[in-house]
Amino acid sequence: MTPLDDRALDRLEDVARTTDLSHPRYQLGPLIASGGMGSVYQARDLLLERDVAIKVLRGLDPAPGLADRLGQEARILARLDHPGLVPVHDAGALNDGRPFYVMRLVHGERLDHHVTRAAPSLAERLRIFLKICEPVAFAHAQGIVHRDLKPANIMVGPYGEVLVLDWGIAKVRGAAPLPAGPATAVAPGGPGATGPGSVLGTAGFMAPEQAAGDADLDERADVWSLGAVLRELLRDLPGPPPRPVAGIRDRALAPSPADRYPDVTALTRDVGAYLDGAPVSAYRENPFERVARFAGRHRTAIGLIAAYLLMRLLLLALDRPPG
Amino acid sequence: MSSPPDSGSPRFPPTRLSLVEALGSTDPIQRTPAYDVLIGIYWKPVCRYLEVARRFAREDAEDLTQDFFARAFDRGSLDSYDPSKARFRTFLRICLDRFVANAIERDGRLKRGGGLMAAPLDAADAGPAVDPEQLFRREWIRSLFDAALAAVAEDCRSRGKETQLAVFLAYDIEPAAEDERPSYRDLAVRFDIPVTQVTNHLALVRRAFRKEALERLRAVTASPEDFAAEARDLFGTDVQ
Repeated sequence: MTPLDDRALDRLEDVARTTDLSHPRYQLGPLIASGGMGSVYQARDLLLERDVAIKVLRGLDPAPGLADRLGQEARILARLDHPGLVPVHDAGALNDGRPFYVMRLVHGERLDHHVTRAAPSLAERLRIFLKICEPVAFAHAQGIVHRDLKPANIMVGPYGEVLVLDWGIAKVRGAAPLPAGPATAVAPGGPGATGPGSVLGTAGFMAPEQAAGDADLDERADVWSLGAVLRELLRDLPGPPPRPVAGIRDRALAPSPADRYPDVTALTRDVGAYLDGAPVSAYRENPFERVARFAGRHRTAIGLIAAYLLMRLLLLALDRPPG
Repeated sequence: MSSPPDSGSPRFPPTRLSLVEALGSTDPIQRTPAYDVLIGIYWKPVCRYLEVARRFAREDAEDLTQDFFARAFDRGSLDSYDPSKARFRTFLRICLDRFVANAIERDGRLKRGGGLMAAPLDAADAGPAVDPEQLFRREWIRSLFDAALAAVAEDCRSRGKETQLAVFLAYDIEPAAEDERPSYRDLAVRFDIPVTQVTNHLALVRRAFRKEALERLRAVTASPEDFAAEARDLFGTDVQ
């Protein structure tokens, strides 16, 4: 056989890099994202003639347990029907035996990229944060803890919709734990991918008890991670965040689960209260702050009353008899 | 040892020793096959690198390649590889550059100018820019894939899968340009098979090719970390 020419070499490089997604129903498109467990490709559903996303187990020789994790992720997403979660359409195995599942193709950008690009105001950031909390609270109600909440796993769509992705290491209450996968280190913080390991999660976004390998962690681990997400959302604001918001963040990030919000609903209640100008449970305000908040919350009514009183004073002054 | 490879399929070390461990072994049963594996994949990239990037005449490039591997075998100069510092492929190229620099200094036979250029690429008359690292990487991949393809072809022929192989060659290897690439329907007509079989045949041989290429990569990388890094680059995926 003659040596490969440049064109054949280019094609073989493509062959080497292309997942063997030979499946009668789905036509493989470009790679969208790659994480610790799987790669996500855009694909065409030839049966229903629509674009979808396919998550395929990474690696030609995956570690034991990863296939189970991908299957569990698909089942979790299929169980959770919420607008803040990506619906699963199908699941199966490729010709080479690797499992995959098909989900809605999501358009948008990662939370951290969105914040950098759009530079939203504090109130906008808090409203995004509330949208992040909604599907997480919904999952908690179904007995599922995400365990890997971080900006890289949160997508903001072009119309402001927010989706929480990557439920690959979620814990299902009452289910037997899956093998942790290869014994690699915990993924570094920031935008990096989740690293499968004996301790699952991402440093910097992982609750202390999760980092310590606590097998009995509960929803409050996600509360901590949401606190870390909130911390990131507040990071590049001009000036420090308002004290009540900092108080909410700090309570969510309390090292001891007992000192945190008991659940995501309590956390969102505080954030919503701040946005409504109401007091928050995580911060005890002084009398001046209370008056200022009251004035801010009722500024329209106070303005109207003040205008009314001023007008009455003027009328009184004009009615006074001369001399 | 120390001869150009005559086939695209290097033999493999008989144990699970890493390549560097086998290269540094005092046991010739480990060491000689390891060098054969090394030469099987690296001979052509080294020779091509010397010819194109370092601009030696072909004969000089071949002589230097021969000398480089012979010296590496005799002196164990590749045994000092440290996976934490660089990939083995990069390390080998750096060793090669040092070897060439010493050879030029030592040997008056390799004169600059005329047909015996040994000028670095950044010389003013170097012509179109070629990134030496990229060139070496590409030639290394070519050598690796050549070997994998030869093994796949041999396996297909031995198992009576000539049609599968022929479809693969006709679609992925033989076309000289993208617009000469046949459609699946063309291939179906040409080989008298249904279009769906074209897909299946391509998938089968491509899968076999990936597997062979991956195994060869495992054999010519120096450590599990080196293998994982190269595999991620080449296959865009994690492998254990």
